[in-house]
Amino acid sequence: MEAIIIGIAKSAIRLATPYLYASIGETIGQLSGVLNLGVDGVMLMGAFSAFYTVLKTGNLWLGLLVAIVVGAIFGLLIAFINVTLKAEQGISGIGVYIFGLGLSSLLFSTMIGTVQPVNGFPPLFIPGLSNIPVIGEILFQQNILVYGAFALIPLAWYVLNKTPLGLSIRAVGQHPQAADSLGVNIVRIRYFTVILGGILSGIAGASLSIALLNVFQQNLTNGMGFIAVALVYFGAWRPKTVLIGALLFSTVNAIQIWVQVKGINIPSDFTLMMPYIVTIIVLAAMAKRRIHPPAALNKPFERGE
Amino acid sequence: MSLIPIAAFLLALLIGTIMITFLGVNPLIAYQALLKGAFGSMNAIADTVVKATPLLFVGLGICIAFRAGVLNIGGEGQLVTGALSATIVCLNFPNLPGWILIIIALLVGLLSGAIWAGIAGFLKAYFNVNEILSTIMLNYIAAYGMNYLLRGPIMDPLQIKLGSFIPQTARLTQAVDLPRLIPTRLHFGTIVAVVFAILVYIFLWRTTIGFRIRMIGQNIQASRASGINVQKYMVLAFVLSGALIGLGGAIEVLGVHHRLFTDGSVSGFTGSAGFNGIVAALFGQLHPIGTIPASLLLGALLTGANKMQRAVQIPSALIGALNGLIVLFVVGSEYLRRRQTRRVEPTTKTESNSQNKNKDKKESK
Repeated sequence: MEAIIIGIAKSAIRLATPYLYASIGETIGQLSGVLNLGVDGVMLMGAFSAFYTVLKTGNLWLGLLVAIVVGAIFGLLIAFINVTLKAEQGISGIGVYIFGLGLSSLLFSTMIGTVQPVNGFPPLFIPGLSNIPVIGEILFQQNILVYGAFALIPLAWYVLNKTPLGLSIRAVGQHPQAADSLGVNIVRIRYFTVILGGILSGIAGASLSIALLNVFQQNLTNGMGFIAVALVYFGAWRPKTVLIGALLFSTVNAIQIWVQVKGINIPSDFTLMMPYIVTIIVLAAMAKRRIHPPAALNKPFERGE
Repeated sequence: MSLIPIAAFLLALLIGTIMITFLGVNPLIAYQALLKGAFGSMNAIADTVVKATPLLFVGLGICIAFRAGVLNIGGEGQLVTGALSATIVCLNFPNLPGWILIIIALLVGLLSGAIWAGIAGFLKAYFNVNEILSTIMLNYIAAYGMNYLLRGPIMDPLQIKLGSFIPQTARLTQAVDLPRLIPTRLHFGTIVAVVFAILVYIFLWRTTIGFRIRMIGQNIQASRASGINVQKYMVLAFVLSGALIGLGGAIEVLGVHHRLFTDGSVSGFTGSAGFNGIVAALFGQLHPIGTIPASLLLGALLTGANKMQRAVQIPSALIGALNGLIVLFVVGSEYLRRRQTRRVEPTTKTESNSQNKNKDKKESK
């Protein structure tokens, strides 16, 4: 029993990684007033580009770097459409998703063709800590991208709450008119947050393809990016609660995988369905808590209206 | 029809040309294969129209939802529930007269789509759950539900006997095959779709309920102030949207496939029509009549892309990518159009100040 719980907990920590990168990126973007629903598409592109680079060069860090660059380019595209062209953000996000899904499938079938594994980031045992019984095994025998995801939480919290930049981001999302009159460059802040979100989505994708699963196939993410957006609502735009949500989901995922591997007699389709049902219930429950999104979310900024 | 969708289409085509060149194929040959695949013969044209039919149903559903100011991204799930329920009805009552069974199956498909979308509408109207997220989650739930049923309770008995276990149902009784229009794959469902396009237009622009639905999409505060039960009409918009898409799913089964099957993924049965229908609706300027040619164009692209894949080895995923770009170009260029017409149509989106202050208080706590 103990071994099972340790196994599930360890895998839950691992699987929280892509959610954490993508959700924190989305949180920062939404706090500045930009809703990006295309996370899943950017994750797919990040996952593909990292995987392809590693397959061809064997260099994991180069793979991660390429995913970051691809994520940044997508972020720039999203920012241009949502901020400069003031597009309806719900629809443009779906456009980004369809584009990312199609392009990553296209590139995969022309440049790779078959599903094949690569050697991803190896586990990195933290000296001393990894020897602690139970906790060491669960927390400190993971790979570097997992540590990075968890380190991102306090970092994002600090930047958002304790720095002038964080204040500007939240002001732009809450009261763009006021922020504008105080000389905050709204367009620049929103470009910054959306590109950062793109980069983090790219890393989220890379964490799947070169650190957790170590493969790429068409539609590898299977809607993870949308769950990451839902987690932002779940987390009420706060990094700490986003972390709790991500862990909840990754635990559901870990249990689902364990059930499948063990061949327990629950149809796998039901266990696969669980994360999505949980998302809907959680979103409905959140609404009861009357937490409001940033006031300017999904509203393009128009000066002097 | 405004020029924006056409410009968006041409721009996407230009980028497609660049991509094809990168793949080492002469774009002219590729596009020729695509055109020939979509329009080259009577069968090709029929395939194009058959492919366009579910896109039109989804596009019409999307039009209603968008006009009410809500986004229904759940076309995939609503197609699946419509197809699944119609299939189950046909499997269970094979001895009913064909035309009665067809009507019952289509109605059941329509109802299940309505209910599936209604869940999202209810959660949006009464719990303020983001409808984009809930509809996407419902897509996955519907797909896994279908997969479960196809791998067990409704699997073709022949598959079980042969031991091949392909997740699909038996072929439905031929009595429920929708009539063919000409000796091709073209079926009666296309006519139903076009009739519904006209009905949706009349509904939205010529009836009081349709007017109210459009009004809450235009200005929710003003609608509330003028006494419209906004929540009720929001749910209604979702229900109608899902009903059309569910009907489209049922027609796909009775008109094209004559059975239900899955490849395990969400889009295995729908061929992503739930997403491509959104592209069709946007391309048709969110107008039911405009959605007809838009669906045809997309149907041609998708049909042509399949043939292009076989002829010159360009993966049909290319068209998926271009569809995404079309969406981006259309929504991106809305701003330019708005700026041109601003003097005529002042912007309707206003923010209530008191609401903002409340939010600020919450935030500062």
